[in-house]
Amino acid sequence: MNIYVLLKKTFDTEEKISVAGGTIEDEGAEFIINPYDEYAVEEAITQRDAHGGEVTVVTVGDEDSEKQLRTALAMGADKAVLINTEEDLDEGDSFTTVKILEAYFEDKEVDLILAGNVAIDEASGQVGPRLAELLGFPYVTTITNLDIKDETVTIEKDVEGDVEIIETSLPLLVTCQQGLNEPRYPSLPGIMKAKKKPLEELEIDDLDLDEEDVEAKTKTIDIYLPPEKEAGRVLEGEISDQVSELVSLLKNEKKVL
Amino acid sequence: MSDKYIVISEVRDGELRHVSFEAIAAAKEINADAEIVGVVVGDGSLESLAKELIYYGADRVISVSHEKLKTYTSEGYGQSIMAIINDENPAGIIMGHTSIGKDLSPKLASKLETGLISDAVAIEKDDDQPVFIRPIYSGKAFEKKIITNGITFVTIRPNNISALEKDESRSGDIETKNVDIADIRTIVKDVVRKASKGVDLSEANVIIAGGRGVKSEDGFKPLYELAEVLGGAVGASRGACDAEYCDYALQIGQTGKVVTPDLYIAVGISGAIQHLAGMSNSKVIVAINKDPEANIFNIADYGIVGDLFEVIPLLIEEFKKVK
Repeated sequence: MNIYVLLKKTFDTEEKISVAGGTIEDEGAEFIINPYDEYAVEEAITQRDAHGGEVTVVTVGDEDSEKQLRTALAMGADKAVLINTEEDLDEGDSFTTVKILEAYFEDKEVDLILAGNVAIDEASGQVGPRLAELLGFPYVTTITNLDIKDETVTIEKDVEGDVEIIETSLPLLVTCQQGLNEPRYPSLPGIMKAKKKPLEELEIDDLDLDEEDVEAKTKTIDIYLPPEKEAGRVLEGEISDQVSELVSLLKNEKKVL
Repeated sequence: MSDKYIVISEVRDGELRHVSFEAIAAAKEINADAEIVGVVVGDGSLESLAKELIYYGADRVISVSHEKLKTYTSEGYGQSIMAIINDENPAGIIMGHTSIGKDLSPKLASKLETGLISDAVAIEKDDDQPVFIRPIYSGKAFEKKIITNGITFVTIRPNNISALEKDESRSGDIETKNVDIADIRTIVKDVVRKASKGVDLSEANVIIAGGRGVKSEDGFKPLYELAEVLGGAVGASRGACDAEYCDYALQIGQTGKVVTPDLYIAVGISGAIQHLAGMSNSKVIVAINKDPEANIFNIADYGIVGDLFEVIPLLIEEFKKVK
């Protein structure tokens, strides 16, 4: 099976966000594989081990994304592709990313594409379904189980807490939800091997695209932090008095009851 | 360009979800003079739902009823709604940022070759240009975003933009549209109900969330009881989900759901930064924790330091009195 994973680097979830001049400061920040994409990498490796084939991890990003791609290779992916847009594009949106991916996939034989259901930074959640539409693939988002038997693919999909059982077939694109699996940590031998695994670097020119083809349809005009929440009041006295005071505050002062 | 906005409504258990009405209000905020065309998709008779969209501000409604639309699939809904979009040629499309909205809107945007601003929580106007505010980094920051090219396509987060008052004297044209639906390649075989009945987390006005301090699956029972008294929903921290006290579907935080209820009661939750990202924009936050040093108290409006198994039953009694 030819399995592809769409992967993006994001800020570590531990990071505090700071903003200067309407953009996010990323100087010195720690980056990780987007947590939902990590489920995709793990699932791709598991499916390959069960059915044979090859896992290729694809990122549209900058030079620094190599680190996260190497991590995915160390987990067990076979090949990585970095489509580096750093020099060609100032800004892009989901439309941009998907146009680039569409061009990349144009001449590829694909059975399965896995992606995270959302990236925890910009959180547009659009790349998977948008790409499936352009490739003419069926897709299922927020999956929590994937079972491939011959021609039939059975999926469990999280729908706001309920589970849909969906039957479909390959080729297919899925986006991964928490609960799908437990991503492995790269092993030391895995990390050593990853250094020698192929990592192809492309620019949009290599995909016969130029800037206008992928021009964003949306634009961010400002980024700001929410107003700092002030610490409130810790109530005092007997627990039962605290409870009645709390209920009265919620009812009379905050009027949320 | 026409001044017509399509609002794609959403039906669950035979009723319109409230975010459908919020989407109508959002369209009005984008352009107060626009004609609002409500769209309702499903099977069986949809007339009463169509009327309700009109009561909440739609000028007219197009409904598509087909047996293949009984359960949502991106292909079935996609084909029906694309047929309407092609007929109507709208200036904008608005829908809820729900499970269906998240699944369907990128497909439609891709087909239309347009931009899409997802998960907007507020709309501002800069002259005539609508500016959409949306949380990024799970609410650790916000961005203002505009559409630079093509139609205005937006999904809105439930519970953030107020719906208009229901006005049953309003009337409007209801058109039933027939659509041929080609083969659907993703077949929904079954739906297993796991979410607690009643209020959905993302739409709940009140959320009672438990953390590791709740100690067990059984420990969540009083939280459910409290949620029922308040007409709210139960959520959890990642710690509680990892410890298998509850399903991951309940997880609130940077991975998990981001929620903004009127009242958030954090029970036995320490307040890791990843959890705060998912709930710190709630209107009023109450923390109940044994540990007076717990980080959650730094963002709570009110805190009670104490044993949750003592506090929650008392709270249930007290809330019953005022409800």
